[in-house]
Amino acid sequence: MSLIAFLGAVELGFIYGLVALGIFISFRILDFPDLTVDGSFPLGAAVSASLIVAGYNPFLATLFAIAAGCAAGFVTAWLNVKLKILHLLASILTMIALYSINLRIMGRPNIALITEETILTPFSNLAESLGISSYMLMPIVFLVFAGFIKLTLDWFLGSQTGLAMRATGANAKMARANGIFDGKMILLGMAMANGLVAFAGAVFAQSQGSADVTMGVGVIVIGLASVIGGEALLSPKGIARATLACIVGSITYWLAVSLALNADFIGLEAQDLKLVTALLVALALVLPGSRFTRFFRKGEAK
Amino acid sequence: MIRCDDLHITFNTGQVMETKALNGLSLAIPKGQFVCVIGSNGSGKSTLQNAISGELQVDQGRIIIDDEDVTDWPAPKRTGLIARVFQDPLAGSCANLTIEENMSLAFSRGRNRGLGRAVTATLRDDFRRKLERLGLGLENRLGDLMGLLSGGQRQAISLLMASLQPSSVLMLDEHTAALDPRIAAFVMDLTRDIVKENNLTAMMVTHSMRQALDYGDRTVMLHKGRVVLDVSREERDDLDVPDLIRLFEKKHGEELSNDSLLLG
Repeated sequence: MSLIAFLGAVELGFIYGLVALGIFISFRILDFPDLTVDGSFPLGAAVSASLIVAGYNPFLATLFAIAAGCAAGFVTAWLNVKLKILHLLASILTMIALYSINLRIMGRPNIALITEETILTPFSNLAESLGISSYMLMPIVFLVFAGFIKLTLDWFLGSQTGLAMRATGANAKMARANGIFDGKMILLGMAMANGLVAFAGAVFAQSQGSADVTMGVGVIVIGLASVIGGEALLSPKGIARATLACIVGSITYWLAVSLALNADFIGLEAQDLKLVTALLVALALVLPGSRFTRFFRKGEAK
Repeated sequence: MIRCDDLHITFNTGQVMETKALNGLSLAIPKGQFVCVIGSNGSGKSTLQNAISGELQVDQGRIIIDDEDVTDWPAPKRTGLIARVFQDPLAGSCANLTIEENMSLAFSRGRNRGLGRAVTATLRDDFRRKLERLGLGLENRLGDLMGLLSGGQRQAISLLMASLQPSSVLMLDEHTAALDPRIAAFVMDLTRDIVKENNLTAMMVTHSMRQALDYGDRTVMLHKGRVVLDVSREERDDLDVPDLIRLFEKKHGEELSNDSLLLG
């Protein structure tokens, strides 16, 4: 594997690490199997790309992308909390609706950003003035991004409100008996989770140079693979370690993908990626001791 | 103080399985009284507790706690007035949170939760002192996950948690039923102490006739969603378990003869 491929994988690992953190909030903290992410990831890309092309400041465009993601998560949670639609189905409904919405926002299936100024432009300028290639600097930039968000999330989950959110997912009846409005916690947590995913989508589009309406397909599976993989690697007990595991899992995943695609003797090609990911997640679920087992397998006690 | 006026709750209205869980139940409990509630399965004991705590909405009737009409309040809002301990030791706490985190959740009951730290050094010292009185050695295990503890230990902590914030009502739903007799006695003594110290109005649902007569100030028997027996003071002191069982069976006998009349 070349250095460029390695650094590219690390960069992707950090971006998708944000997706993993979002999925950690919905699946692990709130116990809410949320497929909205397949729609909110391209939503973040669509909103930021459309605004950037329309001449808005890229940072402002990214903020709007995050807000749009929060709104998507809120809608899924609202369908579940207020209209009592099964959580999985509620998230699928939002995901499908977002496909149309994303097309509407972009007005076409994809938008190129190669020539536009993005939130990453200042950093590539910085790299230039330092006399290094931007692909050397970018992984560090994303490390700072992801690290900052991880620490903020840790801080939040250690607060009274964060603890209330964790109790809601762990034991809703107990949470209510201690004065926690569990419905509000689900609305807040799902908005946070999808805001993070939309942020990842916005950053992904800007780093790859385009937004595409189909770029969300399978994001949920990649995110799950990262969360599960990270848990297997670090077997976290506390929150700080669990969020670290999400990012480590994501980097490991993308390194493994990059390795597999670069090793010609295996014979894998880029189009096999999703099949291999699905197989990996399936394998992780049936392995003994998987903490996700009860969620996705028939006949396990909830 | 709790006052229930003419409470009605019907499950599966209009269906074959229609059940009148509460059928015009009225009950007034003055401040500081400890009431034991007994009754057979389906008599409405748990429904009554769920109605008072807000987990179930009543179809008809009013619920008043400390002069506040809470009938339309959602359950979390009522927790400023009501603390609960459940029958299932696993239900009253979160297994995958630590002891101190669980206690912190209860410490914030009835108060606004912000972005302040959930567990601080001051709180930790406070929790440690509270746990010491249990004599179970849990004061040295604040960072342990709740799921590592036994049912009895968890139930004892649930009781402590219920008393971390001042409340006026303590609701106990067969909270010793899942424990072995020795631990059950320990938890009952703790219950009695906590109720007395905090001058709580307590309502304990129990299946044990012995408990229903030995603890508290008053015994109430429910049947078919109504109060059918209400004894306190001397009248209660004169009662023994066999008397209670006789009364209990008499109520059931009436039901049977009513049915036979219907069928006949």
